[in-house]
Amino acid sequence: MKVLVPVKRVIDYNVKVRVKADQSGVELANVKMAMNPFDEIAVEQALRLREASTAEEVIAVSIGPAQNQETIRTALAMGADRGIHIEAPHDIEPLAVAKLLKAVVAQENPGIVLVGKQAIDDDCNQTGQMLAALLGWAQGTFASALEIAGDKAKVIREVDGGLEHIEINMPAIVTVDLRLNEPRYASLPNIMKAKKKPLDSLTAGDLGVDIAPRLTIVKVEEPTARAAGIKVGDVQELVSKLKNEAKVI
Amino acid sequence: MSILILCDHENGQLSPVTLNAISAASQIGGEMHLLVAGDQTGNVAKAAASIASIAKVLVADDKSLENGLAENLAPLMQSLSGGYSHMMAAATTTGKNVMPRLAALLDVMQISDIIKIDDANTFQRPIYAGNALSTVSSNEAIKVITVRGTAFEAAAAEGGNAAIETVAGASDAGLSAYVKSELSSSERPELTSASIVISGGRGMQDGANFAMLEKIADKLGAAVGASRAAVDAGFVPNDYQVGQTGKVVAPDLYVAVGISGAIQHLAGMKDSKVIVAINKDDEAPIFQVADYGLVADLFDAVPALEKELG
Ligand SMILES: Cc1cc2nc3c(=O)[nH]c(=O)nc-3n(C[C@H](O)[C@H](O)[C@H](O)COP(=O)(O)OP(=O)(O)OC[C@H]3O[C@@H](n4cnc5c(N)ncnc54)[C@H](O)[C@@H]3O)c2cc1C
Ligand SMILES: Nc1ncnc2c1ncn2[C@@H]1O[C@H](COP(=O)(O)O)[C@@H](O)[C@H]1O
Repeated sequence: MKVLVPVKRVIDYNVKVRVKADQSGVELANVKMAMNPFDEIAVEQALRLREASTAEEVIAVSIGPAQNQETIRTALAMGADRGIHIEAPHDIEPLAVAKLLKAVVAQENPGIVLVGKQAIDDDCNQTGQMLAALLGWAQGTFASALEIAGDKAKVIREVDGGLEHIEINMPAIVTVDLRLNEPRYASLPNIMKAKKKPLDSLTAGDLGVDIAPRLTIVKVEEPTARAAGIKVGDVQELVSKLKNEAKVI
Repeated sequence: MSILILCDHENGQLSPVTLNAISAASQIGGEMHLLVAGDQTGNVAKAAASIASIAKVLVADDKSLENGLAENLAPLMQSLSGGYSHMMAAATTTGKNVMPRLAALLDVMQISDIIKIDDANTFQRPIYAGNALSTVSSNEAIKVITVRGTAFEAAAAEGGNAAIETVAGASDAGLSAYVKSELSSSERPELTSASIVISGGRGMQDGANFAMLEKIADKLGAAVGASRAAVDAGFVPNDYQVGQTGKVVAPDLYVAVGISGAIQHLAGMKDSKVIVAINKDDEAPIFQVADYGLVADLFDAVPALEKELG
């Protein structure tokens, strides 16, 4: 079985983003970029499937500008076998991403696609579910455990009330949550090796997919900052402020 | 214009967050219908019909819908989509699971987690963990939307008498099966709707120490939450997590104990009315958003706080 892992290049989670003065978006120039953290978890899970001989090949795919090849190289350095880069604008929408991934699935026939639950830039939480719909496959979303046995997968999902166990048919889409695993770091020798691993480049046109945006960004602005608070000296003062000033208890 | 809203329900009860989604929908304008999908949903349908602003309740009662499996629910919603300008759900794990699947079936781009409505086509939503707010407009024939509950007041739960209509067409896609749930049970209020939340972080050191926070929660009628670090460390279950990729809360009072204030955590609580931080590091970023900061060792401050509350 092949495992397909879509990996998105996003602003590093430690960076405090700045909104552009013209309100057209956030500043991307000279900002540290990284693989979406959920996608690192997805890559890790794919590698574990291969190490357990459940899967034979791990393919990382990233959709975006040329620099997304760096993100694919990161996945290859973690241990993925090969990469596919699809040239597209940085802010391509989840529906278009899902359509491109569907086309890749048609070419590669993976047994499972491991998708991040959410990209930490657009915070959409859509792509995996959309891909599942387009393929007519089962979806195991927000997974904190995954066990594959034959043509079924057992997924434990993180839901608002706690955990939910489901069983889904393979092939399937699984979107991964934070507690699924702890991703490995790429070692220096593996980073060197990754440079020689195969990386194909395609365009949306090659795949015959229309990626025109459906939504128009009217403006992007900073949220209003909270007014500065005060430090209290002790617990007595805190309780008195909460009772008499803020009146919340 | 008319709007179909997916009703969130659990254990035969309508989830309060549905009322927040309804109040968001009411700002768009037009007739509002509520879809109650599940198995033996009589109680929920009755509660749904008494919501003042709802014109019609659609009830899809079928075994295949019992556990909200997206593979069964999304095609049903697609079959009901004719005539609706908007299809909406609260951004709960149910809404987040099914709505993108519906959107793709309809070939439309979803708008996730909206916090403000400018007009029927234009919506504001947080991006980058709420560090930027994006206003987007959509020309899609049907707008598929999830709503951040804390951004909208709850609609009135009573005073209505909507017609209840049964809808057919549900079937088991045969792709997925529900096995079981492990739900956290608690007598305390639900995290996202509680008016007071007290959360613990890595500074709590272990799960047993959360008992200190629970004692305070019980005195204040509060819910207990946590940072990702506390959940990852196994101190508390996953459903306690507040943040960008956990739950979003906006209570009257949020108390952060032993939490540093990473942007991913702030994303889930910075719209709280009053924020209190207890942290021994006076430089912890949580103090930048706290109305009242107490620099102290939590193992002294928390028991003292419990005592002070009487
Ligand atoms: C993709 C992604 C998603 C994430 N999503 C979330 C999310 O949804 N929610 C979330 O919370 N985080 C999330 N995070 C994690 C986030 O970046 C932080 O790592 C996390 O919030 C830190 O938790 P913490 O504040 O409890 O721990 P720490 O940052 O370790 O802070 C512990 C604090 O406790 C204080 N402390 C220690 N001992 C004491 C004591 N005795 N008395 C008083 N104070 C004490 C310390 O001074 C410190 O400030 C996410 C990260 C990523 C990469
Ligand atoms: N441009 C992209 N390239 C590769 N994978 C992507 C891209 N956009 C989204 N994804 C995948 O979809 C997941 C969810 O993204 P989103 O729906 O935007 O929150 C990410 O974690 C990735 O696994």
